[in-house]
Amino acid sequence: MSVRGHRWRGVVLALGFAFLYTPIAWIVLFSFGGDAGESGHPGLSLHWYRALLENEDLKDAARRSLLLALLSSPLATVIGASAGIALARLERFPGRSALIALLAIPIFAPEVLLGFAFLMLFATLEALTGWPQGKGLLTLVIAHATLGASIVASVVYARVADLDRSLEAAARDLGARPLRVLATVTLPLAAPGILSGWLLALTLSFDDVVTSSFLAGPENTTLPMAVFSSVRVGLNPEINAIGTLMVSTIALVVGITFAALRFGARSRSGAGAGAAPARRGS
Amino acid sequence: MRRRLSLVDRLTIALPLGWLGLFLALPLVAVVALSFQGIADSIPPIRPLIDSLHGHLAVHATTRAFRIIGSDALYTRAFANGLLNAAMTTLGCMLVGFPLSYAMARAPASRRSLYLFLAILPFWTSFLLRTYAWMGLVRDSGPLNSLLMGLGILDAPLPILYSPAAVLLVMVYSYLPFFVLPMYAVLEKLPQDLLAAAADLGARPLHAFRTVTLPLALPGLVSGAVLVFVPAVGEYVIPELVGNNDTLMIGGILWEEFFQNRDWPVAAAIALVTFLILMLPAAALRRWSGASGAGRA
Repeated sequence: MSVRGHRWRGVVLALGFAFLYTPIAWIVLFSFGGDAGESGHPGLSLHWYRALLENEDLKDAARRSLLLALLSSPLATVIGASAGIALARLERFPGRSALIALLAIPIFAPEVLLGFAFLMLFATLEALTGWPQGKGLLTLVIAHATLGASIVASVVYARVADLDRSLEAAARDLGARPLRVLATVTLPLAAPGILSGWLLALTLSFDDVVTSSFLAGPENTTLPMAVFSSVRVGLNPEINAIGTLMVSTIALVVGITFAALRFGARSRSGAGAGAAPARRGS
Repeated sequence: MRRRLSLVDRLTIALPLGWLGLFLALPLVAVVALSFQGIADSIPPIRPLIDSLHGHLAVHATTRAFRIIGSDALYTRAFANGLLNAAMTTLGCMLVGFPLSYAMARAPASRRSLYLFLAILPFWTSFLLRTYAWMGLVRDSGPLNSLLMGLGILDAPLPILYSPAAVLLVMVYSYLPFFVLPMYAVLEKLPQDLLAAAADLGARPLHAFRTVTLPLALPGLVSGAVLVFVPAVGEYVIPELVGNNDTLMIGGILWEEFFQNRDWPVAAAIALVTFLILMLPAAALRRWSGASGAGRA
């Protein structure tokens, strides 16, 4: 490509990433300001972090969100990984197209619609059977696990579909029973996909505001719900402090995971197992 | 290659199918049923569809909810607003996302995974917080207005926050990754030798782009557009936070019917109509991609 092509590319990339990262940079910068009001000179301080530490309601909501994410994401992972493995490994089975359609719903349907639909199910079930008794952690976990399963399934499917099928066939030919093939061949090879699917389900659950608003009820405010009701009123530097903490935690976790996955892929292909997909060309 | 389904296979099928059938298909059935129900002064605030009060079954289906949303301009305007806003958002994502994906895909192979990582990372940070960040950036005394006034471009701050323009800006920002990922995936696999062949045969870059790159990139463009458009139609949080009364959309009216008016059947009817509107492009995409996939294989 010509030099002109290079320059064009550089400009587009710089503008594009500036657009993507300016808001995140603003959150971080603004969180270290002092209590000088909107116009005053923002000195560097940890004022808003201290205010955050003293806000019991927010800390409560944060704890609840963490618990919710930790309960719902493993459930989402089990359901989603099963679906992803089944769809990638079995060309034909009864209910295959129904499963694909169901998994597509959370990706396409608007959140307001899903949150409302979940609540209508729980209200109808409660009217008919007496279960579940009201809204709360249980209804939140079920809804978040359902939405997360769809994301996990698509990530795991992509990973498993890329894998070499002959490894499982070889294990079967050598007499391994289906459960053993799954546990010792398929699952370890699918592990990077399962791990990133779980992480996605975790952050999705921790971040969800709309679905949770329908299902939480008054005593189960989650962190995003608390942030949402505070932001509705206007700007609040405490939110920037929360934002900075969340952004740095997630960047750290995602960074470590990606580094670990790349390292894992490299060492495995180095060992000559030939199992890691060479497509990414790392 | 086909083998009999083992017990393990059956379990990996039955678990997701059962769970999603119960907690995803059944809610939609509940919404359909609810949209034909009447309201009542009770908890829940609906009249049962079927009751057997005097020894015989009575069905109380009504089209009341659909008549309400069909007759009141508030609802039709919200639907039109939601669809228009989603269409503009999709267009905006294409205008910003296509050059970005193209530049990423044309970068040296060693840099591509870094760029991809950088494009995905914002997607992992809280969507609510990124919307909140834009509120700070575009408010009257915020950095954007200060910059424009400092440069002498503006005399008075531009009231962007709480306007349809702010809604569009934040929508494009938030939905951009959904467009860039499928677009990039397609552009990255674009065979370079085709472009080289076109150049060798005398095609100018623009001509080659139009006759080679664009047709081959079309699947990515279409799936990116659908991935943006469909969820954008029902977006609630962004218009609520950075919009005004003119930006009341489908998500907003559903929310209000449920939380403020407590009219569950009308909320269900809105949900059902939205779902039907959205299933059309999704079904069209499936047909289209199914057909082109079969053509390729």
